[in-house]
Amino acid sequence: MIPEIGHFALWLALGVALMLSVIPIMGAARGRGDWMAIARPAATLQFVLVAFAFGCLVAAFVGNDFSVLYVATNSNTSLPTHYRVAAVWGGHEGSMLLWLLMLTGWAFAVARFSKHLPAPVLARILSVMGWLSVGFLLFLLLTSNPFDRLANPPLDGRDLNPLLQDPGMVFHPPMLYMGYVGLSVAFSFAVAALIGGNLDTTWARWTRPWTTVAWIFLTIGIAMGSGWAYYELGWGGWWFWDPVENASFMPWLVATALIHSLAVTEKRGSFKSWTVLLAILAFSLSLLGTFLVRSGVLSSVHAFATDPKRGLFILGFLVLVIGASLALYAWRAPSVGLGARFEWVSRETFLLANNVLLMAACGAVLLGTLYPLLLDALGMGKISVGPPYFDTVFVPLMAPLIFLIGVGPLARWKQAELPQLARRLRWAFGAAIVAALLVSWLRGHLGIVSTLGLAMAFWIVAALATDLADRLRPNGIVKTSVLHRARQIPRAMVGMMVAHLGLAVFIFGVTMVKSGEVERDVKMAVGDTTEVLGYTFTFRGVQSLPGPNYRAAQGTIAVTRDGKPVTTLHPEKRNFPVTGAVMTEAAIDAGFTRDLYVSLGEPLDGGTWIVRVYVKPFIDWIWGGCLMMAFGGFLAATDRRYRAKVRQTQAADAKVVA
Amino acid sequence: MMKSLRYILPLLAFLVLAGFLARGLNLDPREVPSPLIGKPAPSFALTRLDDPATTFKRDDMLGKVWMLNVWASWCVACREEHPLLVEFSKRGLVPLYGLNYKDKRPDGQGWLARFGNPYNASLFDDDGRVGIDFGVYGVPETFLIDKQGVIRLKHIGPLTPDVIRERIEPMLKKLNA
Repeated sequence: MIPEIGHFALWLALGVALMLSVIPIMGAARGRGDWMAIARPAATLQFVLVAFAFGCLVAAFVGNDFSVLYVATNSNTSLPTHYRVAAVWGGHEGSMLLWLLMLTGWAFAVARFSKHLPAPVLARILSVMGWLSVGFLLFLLLTSNPFDRLANPPLDGRDLNPLLQDPGMVFHPPMLYMGYVGLSVAFSFAVAALIGGNLDTTWARWTRPWTTVAWIFLTIGIAMGSGWAYYELGWGGWWFWDPVENASFMPWLVATALIHSLAVTEKRGSFKSWTVLLAILAFSLSLLGTFLVRSGVLSSVHAFATDPKRGLFILGFLVLVIGASLALYAWRAPSVGLGARFEWVSRETFLLANNVLLMAACGAVLLGTLYPLLLDALGMGKISVGPPYFDTVFVPLMAPLIFLIGVGPLARWKQAELPQLARRLRWAFGAAIVAALLVSWLRGHLGIVSTLGLAMAFWIVAALATDLADRLRPNGIVKTSVLHRARQIPRAMVGMMVAHLGLAVFIFGVTMVKSGEVERDVKMAVGDTTEVLGYTFTFRGVQSLPGPNYRAAQGTIAVTRDGKPVTTLHPEKRNFPVTGAVMTEAAIDAGFTRDLYVSLGEPLDGGTWIVRVYVKPFIDWIWGGCLMMAFGGFLAATDRRYRAKVRQTQAADAKVVA
Repeated sequence: MMKSLRYILPLLAFLVLAGFLARGLNLDPREVPSPLIGKPAPSFALTRLDDPATTFKRDDMLGKVWMLNVWASWCVACREEHPLLVEFSKRGLVPLYGLNYKDKRPDGQGWLARFGNPYNASLFDDDGRVGIDFGVYGVPETFLIDKQGVIRLKHIGPLTPDVIRERIEPMLKKLNA
């Protein structure tokens, strides 16, 4: 019964979404306050209904209702309860429902927190979000109903893919989807502004915190996915340029460009039509990612079970949403105007260059991702594009961007002096080069590319330090204390610095891992030892252990350094009888300056195993840097001026009402 | 004019991309032509599912056209396919053998007892070695093997009435001719 109620709730939600997508926007066009007033309650109701349906699916999973096809395919009675909940988004249908839950959740959040927006603006925004939920609800109900029943229910389910039975999997997809779908808010703000014709600096100010919050989720989601791949796939890699990874990375690149472009639009009123285009593109790439993952046009380790009908539906939806919004852009953007003028050397120019580079990087990733498809479509054979392409194209595009990160924040708006910039930054430049050479020498002559990578990381830090020093002790005037001045720096500015510092940490981590990691696959019998970067690994054998829904072969490897014990690692090989899959659980001793990574390969005769022994210097800095970027975003999104504006406008509204 | 053209560019670029994506939908990136087609079936010697004492070898089938269906009791798609196989085997077009892939003996036997046994015999491949030799990467999969022991057809995923009508039957006619 519960699945039918959930299914029914989705149909009700479709009805509400249809109302939301038509009535408020017509009200805005005709100036009917009562029609516009429907927007907020409809957005709320839509969210409640979808959340209810989601709850029904969770109940079916927790209660092991294998008469539901989706539950039978993705769960099993021996699956622990927390993974049964995570199994809700372990397959196509359920993850689509999660996606929908997030979409309606964001619409609800906009309805809840944007009371200060003028009624017609809010009505248009929520209607646009209503269109999106209509599309996704139809997709779910017509092609991917998670509540479909089986005529002959099996006694037990097929089990969740063991790869996904991992704590990372519980949080990675929700985080990522929050980011993907969160970009729909910026998209809706942009489309609503194009329709209403009120594209101004206030529009940018309203859009900014929403975009930043979506970007935070996207950043964390991608970082978690990368971390999951690192310890779950068992080969110690952290990024594979897999089509699905690229599908999440492209919106991130565009969203990053959008955040910077929005800053210009808010502060200076420039770049308006460009900013709107970025807002449309960021969400369009999220949709494109959905299409690539779920339609089966590309093969990937992550791809869902596919169905041409679904692919056709998403493609139709894609053409409708992206095509219509780009057509709207082509029609309305020419009248938007260029905004304030600026000189060739100014912060605007630097930010524009940032945008161009980020978009070029995104284009390169898009090309690499779709190239196999393009060739196949043109009948030129089947190929696959791997990391070599991406590494060669991506790194040269990033290098000038990193340089600009140092210069941009120091340049003045509208007009800056090149010689003066050079004078202020020469010490930072020198310090970065010296530090890079020093580290390179200390680590034993790194290659030119690695030294360059280090120089980039140090350059960001040194330029940030210069910026901070100038802000704290401007030339001549030393009347107020440094502490007082530090408190005067707006929180958004601190956020920017933290995020940029995070990027430096990230680059440092990547460079150190790429240049210093040692990966060794060794054949080990009980008692054998192998030495990697000063650590001695001793294989103490493998024993069999039962797990909740698997049997594990657990190895024991003692690690010592200079005769002193460091740690004992227990990598596992897990055998899941229901799916017949074998999973490798790496054992990792994480550390500030290095990870010790051990995983079991194949068993050989007589208790001998192939053991993978990796030492990865500074690898945790990669994810630490991502978290710092996300935290910087959090600081920027919670800047006082957004909160103050809310209060101010609310007060003004109150006066009008009175 | 040139100026407004600039704003249409994103739309045009997207439409071109959409055209490629539509074309891509009709292509299957996984449809890698199986390297086994036209090659002799890998040799194997497995026990029968219902009788651990009897061994069944590839060469036992030389001189006959036969069909090999890879299945498992844990496989949901196999359940979908199963009634169709039972129907198909009744028509007696070709000897049908099962490869019980990475399964447990009681589970596999119970499954056949419950849903009917379309197979002349099922071979018990508990560690999946033979399945791997056959290049199995999703269950169910179906192979047609000719009188010389050469693999002539491979179908990935559950059989459907269409597949039987349009691929299996014509190939059987050709091989038995």
